[in-house]
Amino acid sequence: MQGSPFNPISPQERDISNLFIGILIAGAVVFVLVTGLVLFIAVRYRHRGGSDEPYQEFGRRRLEIAWTIAPAVLLAVILGFTVKTMAAVSPGPGDHPPDLIITGYQWWWGIQYPASGVVTANEVHLPVGRRMLLQLEGGDVIHDFWVPQLGRKMDMIPGHTNWLWVEPTQTGTFLGACAEYCGAEHAWMRIRVIVQPQAEFDAWQRQQRQAAVAPTGGDAAQGAHLFQQQTCASCHAIAGTGANAHVGPDLTHFGGRDTIAAGVLDNTPDNLAKWLKSPQAVKPGNHMPNLQLTDDQIRALVAYLEAQQ
Amino acid sequence: MANVPLVPELDTPLPKVESDEGLLSWVASVDHKQIGIMYLIATLFFFVVGGLEALLMRVQLARPENGFLSPAAYNQIFTMHGTTMVFLVVMPMLIGFGNYLVPLMIGARDMAFPRLNALSFWLLIFGGLLLYYSFIGGGAPDAGWFSYAPLSERAFSFTSGLDYWALGLLTTGIGTVLSGINFIVTILTQRAPGMGIRRLPLFVWMTFINAMLIIFALPILNASLVMLLADRQLNAHFFTPASGGSAVLWQHYFWGFGHPEVYIMVLPAFGIISEVIPVFSRKPIYGYGFVAGSTVGIAFLSFAVWAHHMFAVGLGRPADIIFAAGSMLIAVPTGIKIFNWVATMWGGAIRFTTAMCFAMAFLILFTIGGISGVSFAVVPTDWQTTDTYYVVAHMHYVLFGGTLFAVFAGIYYWFPKVTGRMLSEVWGRWHFWWTFIGFNLTFGVQHILGILGMPRRVFTYPDLPWWGVLNLASTIGAFILALSVAIFVWNLIASLHHGATAGDNPWQAWTLEWATTSPPPIHNFDRLPPIRSRRPLWDVAHPENPDWERQTSQRGTAGTAEIGIDKNLQGTALFLASEAVFFVLLILAFVYYHNNLFNESSSSPSNAGRVLDPVKTGIYTVCLLASSATIWWAGRSLKRGNPTMMRLSLLATVILGAVFLFGQGREYQRLIGENVTISRNLFGSTFFTLTGFHGFHVLMGLVAIAILFGLALRNTFKGPHSVAIEAVSLYWHFVDVVWIVIFATIYLWARV
Repeated sequence: MQGSPFNPISPQERDISNLFIGILIAGAVVFVLVTGLVLFIAVRYRHRGGSDEPYQEFGRRRLEIAWTIAPAVLLAVILGFTVKTMAAVSPGPGDHPPDLIITGYQWWWGIQYPASGVVTANEVHLPVGRRMLLQLEGGDVIHDFWVPQLGRKMDMIPGHTNWLWVEPTQTGTFLGACAEYCGAEHAWMRIRVIVQPQAEFDAWQRQQRQAAVAPTGGDAAQGAHLFQQQTCASCHAIAGTGANAHVGPDLTHFGGRDTIAAGVLDNTPDNLAKWLKSPQAVKPGNHMPNLQLTDDQIRALVAYLEAQQ
Repeated sequence: MANVPLVPELDTPLPKVESDEGLLSWVASVDHKQIGIMYLIATLFFFVVGGLEALLMRVQLARPENGFLSPAAYNQIFTMHGTTMVFLVVMPMLIGFGNYLVPLMIGARDMAFPRLNALSFWLLIFGGLLLYYSFIGGGAPDAGWFSYAPLSERAFSFTSGLDYWALGLLTTGIGTVLSGINFIVTILTQRAPGMGIRRLPLFVWMTFINAMLIIFALPILNASLVMLLADRQLNAHFFTPASGGSAVLWQHYFWGFGHPEVYIMVLPAFGIISEVIPVFSRKPIYGYGFVAGSTVGIAFLSFAVWAHHMFAVGLGRPADIIFAAGSMLIAVPTGIKIFNWVATMWGGAIRFTTAMCFAMAFLILFTIGGISGVSFAVVPTDWQTTDTYYVVAHMHYVLFGGTLFAVFAGIYYWFPKVTGRMLSEVWGRWHFWWTFIGFNLTFGVQHILGILGMPRRVFTYPDLPWWGVLNLASTIGAFILALSVAIFVWNLIASLHHGATAGDNPWQAWTLEWATTSPPPIHNFDRLPPIRSRRPLWDVAHPENPDWERQTSQRGTAGTAEIGIDKNLQGTALFLASEAVFFVLLILAFVYYHNNLFNESSSSPSNAGRVLDPVKTGIYTVCLLASSATIWWAGRSLKRGNPTMMRLSLLATVILGAVFLFGQGREYQRLIGENVTISRNLFGSTFFTLTGFHGFHVLMGLVAIAILFGLALRNTFKGPHSVAIEAVSLYWHFVDVVWIVIFATIYLWARV
């Protein structure tokens, strides 16, 4: 089950998953007990004619004390496992500096790697087998970082910083989403976590650090010009160019990403053209206005952006 | 029949309506039965509206990336669905049951305050209309039923939808508090002779505890709404992180109300189940004491578990552990009830009426809801399941599989009493099975969707494996549910006209509402059977084996005047207890932000030490406190037969109170002159909201005292006691005590 917490890719999530399975089994036992009793009674004690009233039983104190204590004991045991698992899966940040700072915005994710200075959006790259500390911030309203296979969800609250340790042990792409309702496009605030071998991750980071290559001719060069002129640059940044606004997602090396607009579309030239033609048709309510671009302008911008690998 | 006690007469005759037919007799009614029926009809109407909203949502979610609804429309609809079902359906529906049944079950003529009862109902209607007016007033609220800040603030929700939401809920909320007060005083003062507090039918007992929850929980919501409105309308900063407010505080406040609210929506349903299961098992409730006592346990604990809604917030491990332990603890008294109900059926002779079918299904479905609830008390699994479709499934198992199944059981059980006709059992069986199947299909699969990673409150979703087919199944289930509701409504209408005649007691039940005609006369009872146990009608039917000969139900004091306090004073005291909670929330907000307020440099206008003048305010404070003495003196003078002194004392009270208000006005003038306003910063927001609401209470008190003074001039008060003067005095002392706390907090403590 891709995307399910029962398919853990980290030791933290394995602990949560095991605990969850444990309480589901305990719950199933209780359910079978109660339902079995009700069904048994329904058959055994159904009225079979006659007008005599059954024996009038008002209760037995000892029995009632027993079914007060039994669930209390069961719950005390569960509480023990709860406390133990909490400590294991969500330790405090200590004085460790964050490896990543992820900020939730309406409706995209800003991602920074403070050590290397890499800034990206909506797709988190992690090296396999390393413990990484995430610092989670709310940029406008409350969001929530949730990648079920990786571990717990954690709110991203403006004015209230949270930290989360992650430790993926499998490579691959894992899906998550904002789990706190955050307004119009909450549904399309999806996140991808791409877990790579250390060498691949290092290579990715090196490549991200390089400034954008200025296109030398053709549509792409025209697109680069348009990007600076046609208000794109007043909201978006591309490292190595004059564009350094941080209203919308950073578009440095945008061409290397899997999706557009936090998971709404796969990142293909056609889809990007569709997005630029009318962002409000693709993701209604999002904060990118329709810039009334001509088809030629769109072709140029697509060529430029998709070249930013 | 020498020992047949008569129903106690009301001390004031009920206001009469000219005609008992036609619309006016309903609109103008103060009869608890008519009001109860109006509650049930109104909430049934809102239930259909909320259900249609749910269907729209399910159509939109029937397949991935569907375009049936825009995100803006979907978000308004899910917000309205939740708000409607919580505030306009489940809670008032249970209040409606209480309205109709509580006076009948305790052998009373009516509620303690019939006019107040009508006010509560109409406040509900006006609140509901205000909420729904938002659709034509610029857009419905769209921040979810718990309206988390800052999404609910003007910066992010700029239509007036949230304002209608807050105003609508404030309106219904005030009505609900008044209902709560009414239930408590009714149950304390209006019981028939012999109906001791330990002989109360469990439905009445649970309504009583529920009313306690209401008067302490609803003011928490009201205070939060007031602060949200101050933010939205007056640019205050309570919950706006951008200007120092706290998004987390809103969550503490909202769930401080919201978790007791969960029990407010469940306890009376437990009461219904506790009536239905014994009657159709032909046995008394198993362990009355445990069932009643565990309800008290739930009520107390429900105020101590709110943060289990906030495990993903990052409150820190100690807080999380405390709230996890509390949340698990509250499962114990709930479990007791399930086992006691099962034990009640054990050894019985079960009649499978539709009411009993719903009650037995309740046991199973509520157990599922309880079990899935444990995964939210277990913090690490909450971290996975919260805010997903798993929690959507859980809460619907509690509120639909639990409360609404109980409500259906209750409607099939009491419909004959209310209308004089039986509901059709044939249609009832269809209704039951379609509801059971539709419900489990709709919400059962949502557990799996949550575990597959589907967040709640999404207007659409990507086409991931299984998501589409499970959502489609859920949508099909929703339409089956809609069909079942249609069958139910048809059954109600058809049976109302053609149902079999019920007679007084068609189920051979044992509580007092079955001792009168169906429907009951306007005065409820011509005569009551002797009340010597919890099952007076059992005792009548089985003189050879009456309950009162048994140890277990003989206990319980007889008589009605256990408390010996006038019902109006009781009502006032309960109202003030509720008001106290309201002020505590405002004071807590001030204290919460204290560090933010006073860490700023001394030149900052937020420094209370600079802007406030405790000496001047202290002088006005002395005036206010002196007015407490003068109003006390007024009551004393009346008792001693000195009407002149009484009038002078009342006049002095008005003058002293007015001086205080004048002082407050001067202080406001000075602060605003120095540009310290409600929108300036957090100090301004907390200071003006708190002192402003206190000032408003002083003003209301002054109006009341001025009226007393006017009445005193006309020699209305003959002494030695006047409930009016005592009630207003109580209010006035309360206002003074609140001011002492405010003065100590803001002018003395905060300046240190």
